[in-house]
Amino acid sequence: MLRIFIHRLLLGIATVAIVSGIIFAAVEALPGDACTAILQRDASGERLANCRRELGIDRPALTRYVEWASGAVRGDLGISAHNNKPIASLVGDRLKNTLLLAGCSLALGIPLALFLGVLTGLRRDKLSDLALSTIAIFAMTIPEFVTATVLIFVFGIWLGWVPGIVTASASSSLSAFFPGIVLPVIVLTMVMTAHIMRTVRSSVIDVMSSDYVQMATLKGVPYWQIVFRHALPNALLPAINVIALTVGWLLGGVVVVEKVFNYPGLGHYMIDSISDRDLPVVQAIALIVATAYVGVNLAADLLAMAFNPRLRTLKARSP
Amino acid sequence: MTGDVLIDVQNLSIGFTGRSGKLLPVLRNIDLGVRRGETVGIVGESGSGKSTLALAMMGYLKHGLRVISGRSLFDGRDLLTMPSCELQRIRGGKIALIPQNSGQSLSPNLRVGAQLTEALALHGKLALSAFPARVIQLLQQVRLPDPEVIASRYPHELSGGQQQRVAIAMALAGDPEALLLDEPTTGLDVTTQAHILALLSDIAVRLDKVMVYVSHDLGAIARVCSRVVVMYAGEIVLDGDATSVLTNPGHPYARGLLASIPRLGNPNLPMALEGRPPPPGDAGPGCSFVDRCAIAEAPCRSERPGLQPLPAGGRVRCRLPERAGSIPTKRAGKPASAGGSFGEPLVRLSNLAISYARQSLVDQLLGRKPQGVPTVDRVNIEIRQGEVIGLVGESGSGKSTILKAVAGLVGPANGEIAYDRSGALPATVEQRRPEQLREIQLIFQNPDESLNPRHTIEQILAQPLQLYFGLSGDALRKRSIAILERVRLGAHYLDRLPSQLSGGEKQRVAIARAFAAEPKLLLCDEVTSALDVSVQAAVLDLLDQLRRDVRALSDRVAVLYQGRLCEIGPAAAVYSRPCHPYTEALLGAVLEPEPGARPILMAEDIVELSPPAKGCPFQRRCHRKVGSICESTTPPQRNAGAEHVIHCHIPIGELTSAQTVSTLGNAVRPHVQ
Repeated sequence: MLRIFIHRLLLGIATVAIVSGIIFAAVEALPGDACTAILQRDASGERLANCRRELGIDRPALTRYVEWASGAVRGDLGISAHNNKPIASLVGDRLKNTLLLAGCSLALGIPLALFLGVLTGLRRDKLSDLALSTIAIFAMTIPEFVTATVLIFVFGIWLGWVPGIVTASASSSLSAFFPGIVLPVIVLTMVMTAHIMRTVRSSVIDVMSSDYVQMATLKGVPYWQIVFRHALPNALLPAINVIALTVGWLLGGVVVVEKVFNYPGLGHYMIDSISDRDLPVVQAIALIVATAYVGVNLAADLLAMAFNPRLRTLKARSP
Repeated sequence: MTGDVLIDVQNLSIGFTGRSGKLLPVLRNIDLGVRRGETVGIVGESGSGKSTLALAMMGYLKHGLRVISGRSLFDGRDLLTMPSCELQRIRGGKIALIPQNSGQSLSPNLRVGAQLTEALALHGKLALSAFPARVIQLLQQVRLPDPEVIASRYPHELSGGQQQRVAIAMALAGDPEALLLDEPTTGLDVTTQAHILALLSDIAVRLDKVMVYVSHDLGAIARVCSRVVVMYAGEIVLDGDATSVLTNPGHPYARGLLASIPRLGNPNLPMALEGRPPPPGDAGPGCSFVDRCAIAEAPCRSERPGLQPLPAGGRVRCRLPERAGSIPTKRAGKPASAGGSFGEPLVRLSNLAISYARQSLVDQLLGRKPQGVPTVDRVNIEIRQGEVIGLVGESGSGKSTILKAVAGLVGPANGEIAYDRSGALPATVEQRRPEQLREIQLIFQNPDESLNPRHTIEQILAQPLQLYFGLSGDALRKRSIAILERVRLGAHYLDRLPSQLSGGEKQRVAIARAFAAEPKLLLCDEVTSALDVSVQAAVLDLLDQLRRDVRALSDRVAVLYQGRLCEIGPAAAVYSRPCHPYTEALLGAVLEPEPGARPILMAEDIVELSPPAKGCPFQRRCHRKVGSICESTTPPQRNAGAEHVIHCHIPIGELTSAQTVSTLGNAVRPHVQ
């Protein structure tokens, strides 16, 4: 078990290292650099060369990559080209906000999705299943910005129950985001709940028609004991991976939702930095998102291993 | 001996709603009573409704099924209308199921001990503190070694035979009065099956349980049951004592079924039962077997026969039971076409070794060969033009691996495959010439997986014809039809998809596709093991027919254990006088549908994870082990007659004289031809 863990951890670190190289190379390949962005129309001749020398951009790419990467390991992500502040603190604020949004959505969405998934799976083809499944498909297929706009109109403008957009700035304390965070959380919860719920539903249906559930029934095991002891531990396994993907998606900054609600999270910041041509920030956010994805998937693999004895123990070869 | 009726199914019909909205019956008017002390076998082909009937005896219907009429009584009470809290007490406590596929019937997330404890807690009349001891006792009762270790294992950590024993132990945990066995040995190796069946018949006698044994395998039923019920298209067509049903049944279908079973003692090809049963809801007003019946008369089509008592005891659903006796049940099949003279050697496997050990990344970089004992080793086989050679062995014996190596799907780790005087065959498909690819064709075990479900039969057959012969347009279509006709399917099959064909028809298409390439060497990987008995016979007959045309099918048998040759020789010699201890054990475990026949249990059904590094491959399970020489030295080749070679340390004279099995004839159909 420990061996597998270390093996996976090393693989994860290798993945992040490779991704960091790709990010760096991609940004490098873009026309223009930090100095052209800072100097804008004045970016030519002596001033450009001076700026490049000042920022160290004239040095070989490999040197700069090593410097950037080793800085990132220590938590130093460089300086924003846009306002000369350390990126670590700029991104840190937004990351904190994104974590708040993701955390609230997950806290609401995961239990709801699991509950609805199990419910619809157990009540397969009954009226409650059909109704909930149909709603889930709608929630999945309607784009977030449409849902968001409708919610803003209804609850923010028409009823006036909650603010339609977030007015707190990036560095405000977390409490400043309430109640403005309510609508973005609802939108995100709708999308992710539908996804997870449908996975759980089909996996519950599979497991409930499996031979071992039939066997448990014919062994005389009461229904709810079958559900909780024999079916759910197996049925929820596929959900772990879907949840991991959802968490990665939420941490990566949900660009559209953050933009619509003016929520100062990572996604929003990423868009702003791209339009500002603030390449060091874009680079830093890309690295953070990649690390988050790798980390979440690593956690999911380990969780799956913990819950699934078939992944944990040696398999006997059938005769 | 027998007592009052315990299980009583009365006029039971069960069906499902088809796509057309009509109610399609899966079971029709079943009347079946099982008395205390009886062991009843229910036999039928897939789709005959036997499993549905067995589950209905526990008051269980699969998703989508519902009761049309009738009752299913246990000890006088109808299970189909019983509230679920009462059902829970009867299921497992009074009547327990031993399922078909225990690997999938044990919950994968719970340890064996926990699952047994659960069964004890539900029905046990025991105190909580007595559970652990009882779990161990149950596991001992089903003859599992190291019960403490087994109890702490997860189901997937056990072998198939061990899983089946655990399932039996679980059924016994509630101390039920009746045991329902739903194909409990299907999918197990013959040697394991023989052990499980011995255990089951022992339990029936020693623990005095009523047994209802559902199987498609008459051989297995013959081992365990005293009474046999034959089902066809959702009906009981015959019910009688085992001896009469298995030797001289009074129903044409049962006789056809018996004739279609390949037997060790009979060199003839089994007789195919043509046609197939009507799908649910499609049986006409008359007898459901009428379309396949040799003695059917006009009234058979219009009036459905009732289940009438036979004078000699038992019941039959046939208008003409006395005439049914004229239908032969065995030894009536055609003799397999004789081998006769064979041509030049076509393929020679010399010292072939195949390893599945994966090279690790580090090994690849350093250019090191993977470590470990190869899956297949030291295999020497020569195949001549026009000869059919059968590879026989349990699963894991390396049969399929050798075929894959010849087909170029896995590369040999050592040795070579010489082909058609052109020298060594390139190891993999990519390196072979198109001509070589065409000449070596492979037919897979399961046609459901080897035929692309989205291609029509025409597209499937066109592929080799376009690829190897460049046919197109009219010529292509004509050739496709000609090939289809050779496998006895008509031109109207061209537009169909594989899902619209029966299992036997699909396998015919797979055979047609292989023959379309006009191969010199045809590799058949268990081509009949996924099919029903009566269909198996037809496929074997077809292969034999085609062999006459192209001179490509077998006459010699190679017995493999753990990827090593044990014995190779003419089929007649190997089957009539099995010399190698493993051949003896293997043939001894083959089930014949003869009442009273008992399997010869020799090699213990243990799992071998990998072949031994040195010595004889069979050393760990051999019942005639000589001594330490078996563990240290590779057995020598001994000549037992013309072309008959045995790899064993026991001198040949002793091998042939001290025989436990002597009456087995030839022609078990080889697993791999």
